[in-house]
Amino acid sequence: MPAEAAVGQLDGDVVAPALAIPTGRSTKAPPGTRRRSQEDPAWVRWSLTGIALLAVGLLVGVPLVNVFYEALQDGVGAYFNNLFGDPDTRSSIFLTATVVPIAVVANIVFGVAAAWAIARFSFPGRTLLTALIDLPFSVSPVVAGLMFVLIFGLQGYLGAFLRRDGYSIMPYLISFVAVTIAAAIYLLLRPSSPKARHGHWKHSTWVIVGGGLVLFAVLVLVQQRLGIWPRNASLKIIFNTPGLVLATAFVTFPFVARELIPVMESVGPDEELAAISLGASGWRMFWTVTVPNVKWSLVYGIILCNARAIGEFGAVYVVSGHIAGQTDTMPLRIEKLFQEYNLPGSFAVSSVLMMMALVTLVAKSKLETKVPSARAR
Amino acid sequence: MSISIKNVSKTYGSFKALDDVSLEVPDGKLLALLGPSGSGKTTLLRVIAGLEVADSGTVLHDGEDITDQSARDRKVGFVFQHYALFRHMTVAENIGYGLRVRKAPKEKIQKRVDELLKLIRLDSLGTRYPAQLSGGQRQRVALARALASEPKVLLLDEPFGALDAKVRAELRQWLRKLHEEIQVTSVFVTHDQEEAFEVADQVVVMNRGKIEQVGTPAEVFEHPANPFVIDFLGNVNVFHGRVESGKAVVSGLEVPYPNYTQEESQSASVYVRPHELLIRHQRNGDTSIGAKVLHVNPAGSRIKVELQTVDSEQLINAELTTEKFDELSLKPGELVYVSASRVRVFPDGAV
Repeated sequence: MPAEAAVGQLDGDVVAPALAIPTGRSTKAPPGTRRRSQEDPAWVRWSLTGIALLAVGLLVGVPLVNVFYEALQDGVGAYFNNLFGDPDTRSSIFLTATVVPIAVVANIVFGVAAAWAIARFSFPGRTLLTALIDLPFSVSPVVAGLMFVLIFGLQGYLGAFLRRDGYSIMPYLISFVAVTIAAAIYLLLRPSSPKARHGHWKHSTWVIVGGGLVLFAVLVLVQQRLGIWPRNASLKIIFNTPGLVLATAFVTFPFVARELIPVMESVGPDEELAAISLGASGWRMFWTVTVPNVKWSLVYGIILCNARAIGEFGAVYVVSGHIAGQTDTMPLRIEKLFQEYNLPGSFAVSSVLMMMALVTLVAKSKLETKVPSARAR
Repeated sequence: MSISIKNVSKTYGSFKALDDVSLEVPDGKLLALLGPSGSGKTTLLRVIAGLEVADSGTVLHDGEDITDQSARDRKVGFVFQHYALFRHMTVAENIGYGLRVRKAPKEKIQKRVDELLKLIRLDSLGTRYPAQLSGGQRQRVALARALASEPKVLLLDEPFGALDAKVRAELRQWLRKLHEEIQVTSVFVTHDQEEAFEVADQVVVMNRGKIEQVGTPAEVFEHPANPFVIDFLGNVNVFHGRVESGKAVVSGLEVPYPNYTQEESQSASVYVRPHELLIRHQRNGDTSIGAKVLHVNPAGSRIKVELQTVDSEQLINAELTTEKFDELSLKPGELVYVSASRVRVFPDGAV
């Protein structure tokens, strides 16, 4: 307990004794040793530590060991066969490895953007946005999955349209994204001082609006002419990979933003303003000043997001339809193997998840010194 | 580079930070914006820097309208109250940031950084991180960083506010010397009157978003333009009395005031600085107020005497030189007579 206090102590902190023992109580301290009146007697410390260790051991340690024990019970050969020999298990591993990176990257982008907006600007709806970010935490994952089914499923709001000619939205969606990226690049390359802008740079607003519209129309027409996207075909979101990505992204959305917002607020805008006054562009300021200051919190948020995404069961269960070999991620595969009484198989896949969890734990503890909030979790 | 501010206003929600402010900052001068919290001085500084955008009015640098330019395009150096050093960069990287961003060649950056490190007397600390420096050292690095890209204007926002008294006094003198050496137009914000007087060529007294007075330290101290200025700068005793026919009258004390020659009497406030009060054991004709000595505070080069008038039981703070005090040898409880060698009178209701 004293070691804990030392780690958490900052200048000016008061170290509170973990347990206040009245000094009148007698302890069996040998004469000659100085005992601080705030330190708990030895037997209290040892018994508390013992209880904690026992609880952790029973609830966490034993199941952990058991997973690996059961997985390897039929031998190492059978272990690997369970993992890689079974095509459905193989595809579940592959599916997790596809869905999780996409969801995590999407949430990094959203998280950074949301944290930036909330920590640095005041705008109408800011409080609402902050509350909405926490929404995925309070909603049960099953409800989240159901929500997506209601929107994109066959009987859902967009269901009929998606089934009939779902791919028809793709040209518009792709063109919109392409135009947005092009506009962003254009703005980044634009000289910052109004005086230095010559030629087309001078009328950059018109160029963006006009050029953007033209580019959009051209891209849409090209895609439609070339028939890139199937016509009158159903765009399946639910019971398909896109649905899995959406559900996973929704459930893990808050992690990055929640880590970044307090850090950005406590660091404050002064350093960024200093960078601007020294002549840095917004982009440059972001990469040279903002990101390095929030680096570790960002990494921590990504780790949490990743861990949650890998282990997500409830939302993905509802959205995937649990189709073996097609829409089963690893947690779903474990459940299916367990239902089929294939214990060695389910434990084998569990052991992989367990190893990922241990890696996450190690990474988390390494970051504890750099990220204050890591200590609290 | 001279700065010209014309009719600048800025409102935050319902709070008026700047109310139609106009100011001229001559080239090469060191100007202090002095005032209490909420007077708008920091807002004005930020508008000059481009870190805030005024709701109305114009800002000119050397006659050129730069109101619409962002902070990065104006050639200003800004020093923040809490230094705002880039915490993950070394001192040398901090100082060189402005030049790196403007894509200057490496050798030029290195040379300039070395030059500035020498100037701020931190030659050997170039590879340290801000967290390893003391407050005074950090502020010097912040100054060097602002000066690195040779700005035309140097702006400082309460630069010594976060430092302890001794370091503050040292850095004040250092800033003054630096300014004499470099001669760049500088504006700094402070709420410390002593600091403003010690460092600045000109003082701008601000209150509630308006400029109360502009002048040299001596001017604003000796010839305050209105009650706020005299009250804000240094200690002052306020007496409430009347003005009439060329004199000001405060319960027995009469002082000539030629500015008011009308027969009609008008209520006025009479301001006397503690060191402008005269204390005597005998009444000097009719022109003095009777007062009882309450407390004598012998700390410092002047003796502070607290008195209370007999008539109105008003507290008076007086300051005497040690010689004068020894001459009078005042003791608490004694009855003395107070008059003034110099007063300033502001009729109530007049500006």
